[in-house]
Amino acid sequence: MSEHLTEIIVFTALFLLVSGMGFVASRWRAPKDMAHLDEWGLGGRSFGGWITWFLVGGDLYTAYTFVAVPALIFGAGAAGFFAVPYTVIIYPLFFLILIRLWSVSHRHGFVTPADFVRTRFDSPTLALVIAITGIVATMPYIALQLIGIEAVLKTMGVTGESTLARHLPIIVAFAILAAYTYQSGLRAPALIAFVKDTLIYIVILVAIIYLPYKLGGWNAIFDAADAKFQASPAPNDGITLNANNQVQYFTLALGSALALFLYPHSITGVLASKNRDVIKRNMSALPAYSLLLGLIALLGYMAIASGVKPLPGAKPGTVDSNTVVPVLFDQQFPAWFTGVAFAAIGIGALVPAAIMSIAAANLFTRNIYKEYLRKDATHAQEANVAKITSLVVKIGAVACIVFLDPQFSIDLQLIGGVIILQTAPAVVIGLYTRWLHRGALIAGWAAGMALGFWMLWQIPNAATGRKHFGGSAFPLSEFGLDSTKTIYVGFVAVIVNALVAVIVTLALRAAKTPEGVDGTEADDYFADEGDERISQQRTTPVDNVSST
Amino acid sequence: MTEPERRRTDRSPWNWLLLVPIVVPLLTFLYNHDEPRIAGFPLFYWLQFAFILLGVGTTTLVYQMTKRRRS
Repeated sequence: MSEHLTEIIVFTALFLLVSGMGFVASRWRAPKDMAHLDEWGLGGRSFGGWITWFLVGGDLYTAYTFVAVPALIFGAGAAGFFAVPYTVIIYPLFFLILIRLWSVSHRHGFVTPADFVRTRFDSPTLALVIAITGIVATMPYIALQLIGIEAVLKTMGVTGESTLARHLPIIVAFAILAAYTYQSGLRAPALIAFVKDTLIYIVILVAIIYLPYKLGGWNAIFDAADAKFQASPAPNDGITLNANNQVQYFTLALGSALALFLYPHSITGVLASKNRDVIKRNMSALPAYSLLLGLIALLGYMAIASGVKPLPGAKPGTVDSNTVVPVLFDQQFPAWFTGVAFAAIGIGALVPAAIMSIAAANLFTRNIYKEYLRKDATHAQEANVAKITSLVVKIGAVACIVFLDPQFSIDLQLIGGVIILQTAPAVVIGLYTRWLHRGALIAGWAAGMALGFWMLWQIPNAATGRKHFGGSAFPLSEFGLDSTKTIYVGFVAVIVNALVAVIVTLALRAAKTPEGVDGTEADDYFADEGDERISQQRTTPVDNVSST
Repeated sequence: MTEPERRRTDRSPWNWLLLVPIVVPLLTFLYNHDEPRIAGFPLFYWLQFAFILLGVGTTTLVYQMTKRRRS
């Protein structure tokens, strides 16, 4: 541990600095009254271009991304680079969709996507399904952030023998995080995101200039990676894709892009911005992060070229591939700079973890507590419930890491991506048309979930030798097709989900099943800053709105 | 259904342009090659980095063309 002392000191100092900022954040741009979910959970819906850029960016590009994407590249090569096209297609894809969600949420005071679905389809049940899906998908995502910090701590040698000693630093870090999120709400991650991203940009720019220089140039780096994959017996690795994993590559990129913006925490970041222009402009400015992500991904090849050996995993005989990037930094850079890089990853875990816990808390408060437990809750009660829920969510995430195998959290996150995609028909298609029937949307969701789970269950993991939930690449031969190709599970599941929703809609309509009343009108989808807000009381819309 | 008095809309032919940066990065046959390399980067990597610029360019253009005039 002593050999890493400088790293530990730099890491701790930066960590404490941002924790201080987290507490001060409650006074930053704050109104007199924080006891309102709009203030605690959405930062007063007042964030302009710069804050939104940092907040949404800090939200989508997490510590786990910085650790796991290069690890994937290190292990499998080109297939891991899907993260780049995935973050390219997100922004145009959502340029139109998300501003509609922003507008209708602004007009009606929605805090969560489930709020929107509740009013649009007049169905508390559908909203509950969407809310639970969101909470379940978010929990393992928070746990993954802890895995990101742990990879760094492990490399610094901050680890002990007993379960408690090994996890104590994480528990302390999360206790601090929980305390300032409780106090400052969304303002805390918004403020800290500035520091996080500045650190990450500095570290990455230095790394991608300095490391290739040291390792003999990019040609040498790619050739070293090529040589490693040529020599490995695995069928699907290499510095380019092969005939079998191209379909997987683009369906994973497309499916992940859709899933990313359906995650409650991304929607929270978007709803916190102050007007439509802020969102539109950000959709062309956010790809700066994609560039960063692509460069970070290539750290995986640099690790190959410099002969990095990942640290041992939790079980004897396994390796923890998540430690690839931390070990690379530890080997190649002076201790103080490594400390800064580790702090960037560590703080990079706190920002999204805070936003995710806030998003999950918002969902619970609005779509379970207020809907089912206490219909007449005041704004102050809502804010209070959300604050407490955010604590519970974080304790749950820490428990996942301490008491379960971390691999289990990675599996859960894999499932999380597939299940969050199943909310796409209700949320995304719902923003454009109300043609799909609320009952059919529930049926489609159930079908997509069942199929998604079944497919994930069939996928073994060659590396760890487990039979189930070994990845997201489903062999088409399992469907009886004569093919060696694979496809992304979530993509297939959401298509089946949509098909079922269409068929059941036709059936329910033929049976004249009531469709409920749409609480939104066409103009709501274009509302902008300054437009009047409709009262948040849930009243049945007046009768002259046609409800066919 | 009655027509709202002030009818606003998102519709614009410019929006179709957004399909370009959505579809192009999904066409793996375009970039799944090692050669030609630029500055040591195989085609697979530098072309996908170039798609980021394509995305930024297109969304910026569409944003400028569909910007709502403030009254």
